[in-house]
Amino acid sequence: MTTQRIKFYQTGTYTAGNRLLDDEARTVQSRLDRTNSLNSGHRACQGCGEALGARYAIDAAMRASNNQLIAINATGCLEVFSSPYPESAWQIPWMHSLFGNAPAVASGVAAALRAKGRDDVKVIAQGGDGATVDIGFGCLSGMFERNDDVLYLCYDNEAYMNTGVQRSGATPPFARTNTTQAVGKAPGNLVGTGKNVPRIAMAHGIPYVATASVADLHDLEAKVTIAMGMSGARYIHLHVPCPLGWGSDPAHTMKVARMAVESGLFPLFEARSGAVVDRTKIRRKVPVERYLELQTRFSHLFKPSRNDEAIAAVQAIADENIAMYGLLEDSNL
Amino acid sequence: MRAQIEGSQAVAEAVVLCRPEVIAAYPISPQTHIVERLSRMVKQGDAGRCQYLNVESEFGALSVLIGASAAGARTYTATTSQGLLFMAEAVYNAAGLGLPIVMTIANRAVGAPINIWNDHSDSMALRDAGWIQLYAETGQEAADLHIQAFRLAEELSCPVMVCMDGYILTHAYEPIDLPDQASVDAFLPPFSPVQVLDPNDPISIGAMVGPEAFTEVKYLAHQQHLRALTLVPDIADSFEQQFHRGSGGLYRAYRMADADTVVIALGSVIGTIKDAVDELRDEGIAAGCVKIGCYRPFPTMQLRTALKGVSRVIVVEKDLAVGIGGIVSADVRMALNGLPIPVHTIIAGLGGRSIPAESLKQMVRDARAERLSEPYFLDLNMRAVDEELARRHEQRRAGPLAEQLIRTMNAIGSKVS
Repeated sequence: MTTQRIKFYQTGTYTAGNRLLDDEARTVQSRLDRTNSLNSGHRACQGCGEALGARYAIDAAMRASNNQLIAINATGCLEVFSSPYPESAWQIPWMHSLFGNAPAVASGVAAALRAKGRDDVKVIAQGGDGATVDIGFGCLSGMFERNDDVLYLCYDNEAYMNTGVQRSGATPPFARTNTTQAVGKAPGNLVGTGKNVPRIAMAHGIPYVATASVADLHDLEAKVTIAMGMSGARYIHLHVPCPLGWGSDPAHTMKVARMAVESGLFPLFEARSGAVVDRTKIRRKVPVERYLELQTRFSHLFKPSRNDEAIAAVQAIADENIAMYGLLEDSNL
Repeated sequence: MRAQIEGSQAVAEAVVLCRPEVIAAYPISPQTHIVERLSRMVKQGDAGRCQYLNVESEFGALSVLIGASAAGARTYTATTSQGLLFMAEAVYNAAGLGLPIVMTIANRAVGAPINIWNDHSDSMALRDAGWIQLYAETGQEAADLHIQAFRLAEELSCPVMVCMDGYILTHAYEPIDLPDQASVDAFLPPFSPVQVLDPNDPISIGAMVGPEAFTEVKYLAHQQHLRALTLVPDIADSFEQQFHRGSGGLYRAYRMADADTVVIALGSVIGTIKDAVDELRDEGIAAGCVKIGCYRPFPTMQLRTALKGVSRVIVVEKDLAVGIGGIVSADVRMALNGLPIPVHTIIAGLGGRSIPAESLKQMVRDARAERLSEPYFLDLNMRAVDEELARRHEQRRAGPLAEQLIRTMNAIGSKVS
């Protein structure tokens, strides 16, 4: 009997509908027994990509760990909007210590569990891009190189949003933030700066590295589930639009995230032990303009006059990603 | 068992006797011998299931322990100087979260100029971080204080620093009596945390607290420290009963019965001070000594009682609050508030400068003759200072101070010879 893999998007929209799937293939989030680990009632902004990503990621991690999960959180939006004293949106054991130490705190929890012989309890750490690629980077690299038994989730919204939108090492070229303002001869963030932490994570040779996006929540859940089934240091870098910081319509969070993926600016891939093993093909390539024009942080590229050179530079980045990861090919990676 | 052993080795042995579950450390002189020994003991299976993590920084080390302690493990690290300052943010955090971590400080100066030798600048810089601070006089007391520290920390859910003078105590060999496992087990019950990250009983730790409750949280931390003022001597008494050896406590008095001039200090210099007191007594000077064993919480009322009726107090401290002078002496003055007892500040032993008994004796004589400037820098080379000041007065671009000063002092030295 021949089988055909289910194709999403067959409804004619870009919606990955659960209704078309067998029960087992549906998302964790669509199940009645989902854990609501990050419960409703928290104070995230409308259209927050991070809250959405965290909800899917943590519930999937809970399911994969048989609900035996401890979460460590860096300082940042996710921490602040989920835990204003005396309320907490967390239905799981959760701790926040500092901005720059979530990977190390999680390593400590994992070490304590090892000392106590508790191999049934799993540990995740999570933080925004500032906590991950900048201030917590030393601790993150330490956790990676020791191969500590932690899954680290980076929610990348490409700037320091909690403090009011300042540049981080994950801020893309040309993006306007409050410390890379759209003024002067080179408005916005400088080209040729920043770091690619998924690649740096891979360079540590850790068992699993993946990128994911809230544009594809099935894929996100699947990657979290794969990571939770492994041991050692694992890293998932999740692209999460921030309507406030990006100047996008809160109703367009999914659309903005999808444009980042479909343009090639945010490639989705998986790597094991330092080598890329899979990538998500772009279904219908869009020019980067379609992504940029949805966000006022890039509006200086279009007004008062169109900056063709800058837009071409962003397109070149997307094209490089497409070539590097084979995002348009039917390759057998 | 009594053996001729290095202070660091004794501390490592004492820590393992306390059955730690997670140790994380980053190497820095003069703490290294402690953590090297611990890593060996863990690796060869002398410490049960204890985990030893080689981490990427001191900030990482204490952060690992914050996670491990919150997960219910007994935790330990050691550091000093730059390392302690590098972990400063986590030092405050561990106390604020109420995690009973025990940390050795192998006291060392803080740069610049870089200096690896002993003074108390490091632990004094973190004195108000919310940790209990105990100071050891000898290698024996350092070992004993660790056993007491775990019990104290866990009873209060408050982290404890055991401060021991770098090199002077960490690297000195002395006869040290290490207890057996059974008696330590009898003294130190298993860790029973007041909060623990447990999937079967989920709690949130580390929430944001606003103006409505922050003051109350801090007030309770202060009250917890005040409880330690009772608990520290209780635990020291209980330790003495079980191990037949006096170690720890809030403070210890030496020849105080009829003393009129009292020298106060912390740490290993107490040994030299006691010798100086004995020799001054032989000269007919009624000197005495008080060792502060517990600096945070500060035993304000206890010191007030102990010092009542003396003529003068001289605080010898291995630290400097630049711009005002003494740190410990300010606290002593507060303890003596309203009493007609002058308090002198002596800055001594900075960056490993030795503190000879002869200098201490002269200091006491000068204090009694009211010849001490305030603060008084013990054995300061005033000639080198004056020459360097003159040079700087003549020349705007005088260059880096420390390097020039050493040159000046060498020049003076060669002139003398």
